Amino acid sequence: MNPAPAAHAIRRQVTAPPPPASKFPYNPGSLLSVLDLTVDEVSRLLTRATELEVEDPILRDHILAKRRIALLFYESSTRTRTSFELAAKALGADTTLVSNLSSSIEKGESLKDTGLTLRALGAEAIILRHNSSGAAWLLEESTRLPIINAGDGMHEHPTQALLDLRTILAHLHPGITVVGEKTLAGVTVTIVGDILHSRVARSNMLLLPRMGASVVLCGPKELLPEQAAAAGPGIAIERDFDAALRQSQAVMMLRIQAERIAGLQLDLDDYKASYQLTGQRLAAQAPTAVVLHPGPIIRGMEITAGVADGVQSAILEQVTNGLAIRMAVMERALLVSEQGGHA
Amino acid sequence: MTAVAICGGRLIDPAAGVDAAKDILLKDGRVAEIAGPGKLKSMNGAKVLDAAGLIVAPGLIDIHVHLREPGQGYKETIATGTAAAAAGGFTAVAAMPNTTPVNDSAETTRWMQAPERGAEVRVFPIAAATRGSKGETINDYAALKSAGAVAVTDDGRPILKDAMMRETLTAAARAGLTVIQHAEDTRMTEGASMNLGPVSFKLGLRGMPAEAESRMVERDIRLVAELRDAHPHLHVAHTSTAAALAAVRQARRNGLRVTCEVAPHHFLLTEEHVGLYNTHAKMNPPLRSAADRDAMIEGIFDGVVDAIATDHAPHAMHEKEVEFPLAPNGITGLETALGLCLHWLHVEWKLPIGRVLSLLSAQPAALLGLKGRGTLAIGSYADVVVFDPKAEWTYRATESKSKAKNTPFDGWKMQGKVRWTISEGRIAFAATA
Repeated sequence: MNPAPAAHAIRRQVTAPPPPASKFPYNPGSLLSVLDLTVDEVSRLLTRATELEVEDPILRDHILAKRRIALLFYESSTRTRTSFELAAKALGADTTLVSNLSSSIEKGESLKDTGLTLRALGAEAIILRHNSSGAAWLLEESTRLPIINAGDGMHEHPTQALLDLRTILAHLHPGITVVGEKTLAGVTVTIVGDILHSRVARSNMLLLPRMGASVVLCGPKELLPEQAAAAGPGIAIERDFDAALRQSQAVMMLRIQAERIAGLQLDLDDYKASYQLTGQRLAAQAPTAVVLHPGPIIRGMEITAGVADGVQSAILEQVTNGLAIRMAVMERALLVSEQGGHA
Repeated sequence: MTAVAICGGRLIDPAAGVDAAKDILLKDGRVAEIAGPGKLKSMNGAKVLDAAGLIVAPGLIDIHVHLREPGQGYKETIATGTAAAAAGGFTAVAAMPNTTPVNDSAETTRWMQAPERGAEVRVFPIAAATRGSKGETINDYAALKSAGAVAVTDDGRPILKDAMMRETLTAAARAGLTVIQHAEDTRMTEGASMNLGPVSFKLGLRGMPAEAESRMVERDIRLVAELRDAHPHLHVAHTSTAAALAAVRQARRNGLRVTCEVAPHHFLLTEEHVGLYNTHAKMNPPLRSAADRDAMIEGIFDGVVDAIATDHAPHAMHEKEVEFPLAPNGITGLETALGLCLHWLHVEWKLPIGRVLSLLSAQPAALLGLKGRGTLAIGSYADVVVFDPKAEWTYRATESKSKAKNTPFDGWKMQGKVRWTISEGRIAFAATA
């Protein structure tokens, strides 16, 4: 029998029901993905970050006074964990840290049960760092609490993208107070390295184009599959690092793990020759671009020490911006969810 | 056993080429008589089922289910799994060997069929191809066959080594058994939990490439061709990719004995249905691209697909309520197969109802050589499904007879409601009201 013509395939489309797309978040205070935020909400968070940063610490201490925020970390972390913790304390909240080591998680307690336990202990919001993509959705479905995704596997790290946005704005549009869909029009941000395994890359590539920026992804095909360009609008792939740099006003380097390069049978020296950000390369191709890196940086691997410490580097500003952004995000988590709507 | 007369219905028996108003008498577990309406001769004492407005067809046969016994009774038992089968119109199911222990012995094969298991419908065990499904030592196929095994497979742990697969095909051919392969080159799918593509990238999940399936099917077909003189029968389980289906189509043109099945979820759903980490859309093979899904539909229409099989894979709720990459693979399927097939294949896409029923009964029976099943010819087993083809209803997982509720079809519209399922002359399921 001959295969039926293509026209039949069109007639036989499955028309209903559509895939369940937007079941989450349940809680308006949650921040699981950058896609949960409207452009206006992003703008408000940036504004609040600035206001909270300069607020009198005594007054700021009352905003979330004695509110309980749990930090649930299934992965080791320096800056994200400390940043959330200090931000919560700066708003007067009580925090508790539960890590996969030294807790009942080691004894096999599930994420769902751990979340329910924290809720029963009075946690009003949970900051979750987890090694499985999608873990934040499971925790929210289980607890219905405001959940802040502090990194889920290879998926997303929304507060990182917000702090990166704040850093980029500070350099390209200093003093700007309100952002919209065209604020970053004409700006190209290149993200370089292990895109495939990076939640920072995914959150940034989904957030920055919504502010008008073009995102260029750069890396070898083993670490940057072609389908990455289809993740959202405003995303392009450029495998030539120099060509990508030449069009960029901001360049974001990602950490490279030597084991991963070896596992993919890439030659480390070749990789560095193609994708390491050196002083020479930066001076030649993008002498005014701002250099970002979510950390932890591996000096001499994806970035030279000279560039990391150089005048174009905003790496430590990113860390400081993280504190301000996370104050705003936690305030939203606890106050917005109480109002049952968007602040 | 009381005789049962089903009167006033429309009898559809694709294997016998019958589609007409007929009454049918079941006696001593067999089809005893078929006659025009009101013309049955020997109805004395028979229980009469009024099938006016209903379709009477051979009981459905699912050649790919996981009943979880022995050893995983918290997920499903043979009793609960076959109760779900009966509710879905199935009168025979072929049970996969990935139990605890793996069904690689005549003893386990017999245990699964023992009356103490409380099966509502006939269970045909499929035995492991190799000891413990480890892919190292071949099992005693003659002994397994005489214990009741209808095929061999290392389902879920596919036979990767060429030499082992060659030996399996040869030994199975000698014993007159089908080799069922879950086609997956597991070296290409390590740590992966959905189809490789734009959706897996976006969700940050490791993906299984379509080639992991199609290359294994191509390899298996190459071995079947090499062993042509021994006449092995290769059956490709749950085909999910266009390339694998194309390979099967080509093998058949080349005269090889290669058959395949497709599961309802693979001709209805795509990778987009994973949504935001819905573990009820996680199975292996995974939901594929829209192009692959469309190819499954075309394969059903053009005839290369030999059977629809559900890959009913029950799991306990707590096992699915975990991080997506950690969740076990599989969904239930026995109670939704007929309703989905009638709604989509027949009503929406106009596949004749006889062909739908054939894919669910006559063809799978022929494929595994289940004699006297998949037809209602006189003398065959009294395995019958009686259903209302007009009834539209909504599936509710909470009402399932299975122990498990892990289905992506909760809340989906179904066409055709099972009124009675009769297994070897015994009413195994009767709809309430």
